[in-house]
Amino acid sequence: MFTVSNIIIAILAVILTPLLGGLIAGLDRKLTARLQGRYGPPILQPFYDVFKLLGKSKMMVNGTQVFCAWIYLISAVSSVLLFALRSDLLMIFFVLTIGSVFLAIGASSTPSPYSQIGAQRELIQMLTYEPLLIVVFVSIYFVTGSFKIDDILSYPRPIFLSLPLIYLVLGFALTIKLRKSPFDISTSHHGHQEIVKGVLTEYSGPHLALIEIAHWYEIMLVLGICGLFWSTSWIGLLLLLIVTYAAEVVVDNLVTRATWRWMLTYVWGVGISLAFFNIAFLYANRFVN
Amino acid sequence: MQAIKNLIKKSRIKSPWLLHYDCSSCNGCDIEILACLTPLYDVERFGIINAGNPKHADILLVTGGVNNRNKHVLQNIYAQMPDPKVVVCVGACGNTGGIFRDAYNILGGVDKAIPVDVYVPGCPPKPEAIIDGVVKALGILAEKSENLKNCVEQEDDR
Repeated sequence: MFTVSNIIIAILAVILTPLLGGLIAGLDRKLTARLQGRYGPPILQPFYDVFKLLGKSKMMVNGTQVFCAWIYLISAVSSVLLFALRSDLLMIFFVLTIGSVFLAIGASSTPSPYSQIGAQRELIQMLTYEPLLIVVFVSIYFVTGSFKIDDILSYPRPIFLSLPLIYLVLGFALTIKLRKSPFDISTSHHGHQEIVKGVLTEYSGPHLALIEIAHWYEIMLVLGICGLFWSTSWIGLLLLLIVTYAAEVVVDNLVTRATWRWMLTYVWGVGISLAFFNIAFLYANRFVN
Repeated sequence: MQAIKNLIKKSRIKSPWLLHYDCSSCNGCDIEILACLTPLYDVERFGIINAGNPKHADILLVTGGVNNRNKHVLQNIYAQMPDPKVVVCVGACGNTGGIFRDAYNILGGVDKAIPVDVYVPGCPPKPEAIIDGVVKALGILAEKSENLKNCVEQEDDR
């Protein structure tokens, strides 16, 4: 377990993931600006934002908040670490969930109504995407016969070819995790809207920076899970990720924010039926061949 | 360590988040402020974001004269912003009270309630003038963060 190569992979994953995540966030903002006919901020803007936040004076409502921000970061880093070490998908999922729960707890520990509403919406978002993620993992298991990333990577064909509809289901989860429209209901994109910044309203300065860094880790993790769907070639993997992320940005700019009711019924309805059709097709295919 | 300090110093100027508060303005100045966010002026290219939340903001943009009602609100918002922070006061009313200066309920300009760093004149000021004021405020922000650090060090020495 503790071989030299494993330790090097772990260190590289912890250092490179936020750098890549920040870069993707920067490209995202630039692309969004171009789609809106604006010039847009520099690509390194997310790093400027985080370093500025780290340099601001600490202001906190209570200690719980700070504790929760740290747990959110630690859980995001650990889940990326587990992914890099090719561990179990279910294990990664549970570790990731702990962080999201603590983010909501931290937000609801403050008396601010915006923060409270944000926390409740965050919990509903988790209720929406977590069953779908489990369905995605179970489908991967159905095809490859394992939850271990090691075994999934050694599967000879791209999983995407067997699970195209399941990939769409993962797309829903990715959109919710990225906090993009139409599912940016727990923290609105722009702070001057009805719930200010939702769960993030009461976090400020260095603690907000921690959450931002943790968010980069989470995004990279979900993109990594997307990458598993075309793990046989680097070109296929990159193409799949680029197309997926570009689609996310376009959808983000095309649609408005949904209500939580719409999100829950639509994502569960469409997501679970897509998953059902995909698995039913695979199951029928077994009898044909 | 020094490299990180320099990075933070550079980032402060590169990522100013705005908070916009309308004291008792006629909305003329506010429309001009929001015009800065449109594709024509696009202040996001300087990293400027309309944060809408005092806890995330670095620069407080205030329009309109202060009256007895909103004086406390303004002071509360100012107190909720983490240091280093700067205040930019936009428009004639915010600067001095403007044509409402003699009204019974108006205390005067924004500087009657909180310390103001940059005054942007005009009724209403052009978006270019507002952007100019914010860029000027960035210089003051950098200066203030230096002083802030010195203050902390002095307190530590004591």
